[in-house]
This record gives sequence, structure tokens and C-alpha cells, in this order.
Amino acid sequence: MIAVLGLILGIVLGLVLQPAVPLWAQPYLPIAIVAALDAVFGAVRAAVEGLFDDRVFVISFLANVSVAALIVFLGDQLGVGAQLSTGVVVVLAVRIFSNAAAIRRHLLGA
Amino acid sequence: MSATPTNDPAASRARLRGALRPRASRSQIVIGLLFALLGLGLALQVRSTAQSDGLTTARESDLVRILDSLTNRNDRLAAERADLEATREALKSGTGQSSTALADARSRAATLGILAGTVAAKGPGIDITITDPAGKVDAATLLDAVQELRDAGAEALQIGNVRVVAQTWLLDGSNGGITVDGTTLTSPYRMVAIGDPRTMSGALRIPGGVVESLRNVGADIQVTEQVQVQVTALRVPESPQYARPAPSR
Repeated sequence: MIAVLGLILGIVLGLVLQPAVPLWAQPYLPIAIVAALDAVFGAVRAAVEGLFDDRVFVISFLANVSVAALIVFLGDQLGVGAQLSTGVVVVLAVRIFSNAAAIRRHLLGA
Repeated sequence: MSATPTNDPAASRARLRGALRPRASRSQIVIGLLFALLGLGLALQVRSTAQSDGLTTARESDLVRILDSLTNRNDRLAAERADLEATREALKSGTGQSSTALADARSRAATLGILAGTVAAKGPGIDITITDPAGKVDAATLLDAVQELRDAGAEALQIGNVRVVAQTWLLDGSNGGITVDGTTLTSPYRMVAIGDPRTMSGALRIPGGVVESLRNVGADIQVTEQVQVQVTALRVPESPQYARPAPSR
């Protein structure tokens, strides 16, 4: 519940305050968001399966975001930023889909 | 899915509800913070994607390509601008030349008009009245006066209401009077001449000149120098019948 409230609060804050994204963070923000979404879906799946652990979620969230940003940074340094970003997004999307499928199976039995 | 404890949907939903139940533990606060960050990032990214022109997220190679095309376009537009400016300069100097030519032509037309007697003229000059009660003044005497005035620099001249120009002729009238360009004038003869007043009146008064010879035949002549006289008599210009302009070398 607190998580949902936090999400809504963040969206409202972003829409109302409209802070400027610092230039250095602009290439990483989209990838970091997708990585965070992956962590969130993993957490929901764990909660549904009764395996949810606060500590594991916090660490996986931060690690996902950091690794995604690091990969993009590395890709930019190597000159394959666009391709590597695409790769990261594809992998994360696949994971989100599989997690969503597991959640659906558990909640709906189908 | 071997780690799945149970596949019962009801139990799963109960577990999800349990996880969502608000608990004021420290880790729950941290999780809430993380979600707030996620929401913030989502909102910002969606907004900046919606309003960005695509350049902020573009890759370096794309930016270089865009910059190249912009530079090319810029060069093309600069060349076009230079062309247009040259055209404008040409047009401007063209109008300048033609307006100068027009002013030139106007002043030349005014000068020629005064010479040909087609326009009225005014300026400093003298007013001459010749009274000839005995009828002794003939065309030759009047012509002398005209020539004397011309020699003295008269620029515009009229006798009576006849403009005197290069083609003007004088003839003794059949029964007194003098015919000037077909118009018969009788005494008193009034002449108006534009030019330097002192030079002209001096030219008329020299010993043995016009004034003296007129007085000798019993006529009277009055010459008044004036600051401003008007020559209003006009002459209809005639196109030359034989002479044609020849290109000057």
C-alpha cells in the first residue's frame, strides 16, 4: 500500500514540480526506469508467491537500475550505445513479460 | 516454476493483499521511497519525451549527420542571400541612375524651353519702352536693339507679346508699325529682357548705340533696370523640316 502511495506521490511530484532532468542523466533515465519496472514486476511476482522480502527487493531495485545505467554508459563509451541500449531494453522487456505471465497464472489460475 | 509453493489463485491473492497491507516498518518506508523515485522518473521521462525535439536523445552520429545537413542548407541559403543582395544593389543603383538621368533631362528641358521660347521665364532684367510718335522707327532699328540685347547676354526676350527666339524675324509694317513673327506691333514698343540689367542697359546706352540713334530720329526710349521681370510670351515650337539630330562624336 505504501508502495502504491509512493508511486502516485512520485508521479504527482514529477507532474507538478516538473524538475529539469540533469543533462548527464538524460541518456540513463529511460533505461533506469525500465530496469526499475523489471524489479517491481519481480517483486509483485514474489509477493504473489509468498517469497517477497523487503531487503531483496530494495537491493534488486537499486542493482537493476545501476547495472542498466552502467551498461548504457559503457555502451556509449564503446560507441555501441544505441545497440546496447536496445539489447538491455529487450532483455528487461522479456523478463517483465515472463514475470507478468507468472503473476497472471497465480492470480487467475490461467 | 518449481519454486512455486502453491498454484491456488485464492491463496495467491491473499498473499498479495497481505503484502500490500500497510505496515510502518523501516523497509516499507524505503520501498515507498523507491516507488516514489520510479514515479518521478516516469513522469519526467514521459514529459521530456513528449516535448523534446528528438535531438536530446539522438546519438552522436545522428547529430553529426543532422549538423551536416544543416550546414549544407545554411551554405545554400547564404549563397542565395548573396545573390539576392547583389540583385537588390543592382536594382537600387539602377533606380539611382535613372532618377539622376530624369533630373538631368528635366533641367535640360527647362533650359531648352527658355531658349526655344516654349516656357515663360522670370528673373532680373530690364523693361524697355520705345515711343515713336513720328513713325520713324523701323524694323532695322528694333533689330539693332534686339542684337544689342543678345550681345549683352539677354537670355529671354519679348517684344510686345511676341517671344523673340533664334528664328524671330522683323519686318517693316505696310502702314506703319513693325511686324514681328507675323504679329504687327505699333508704337509704343515694349520690350522685356532677362539678363544682367546693368550690362544690358549699358549696352543700349553706349555712344552711337541704340538709345542715341533712336533719340536722333525723334523717338523716345525708356530703360528701367528691375530686380524681377517676367517674360510671359510663348512660342509654339516647330519641328525642323530638314535638320535632323546627328550623333555627336
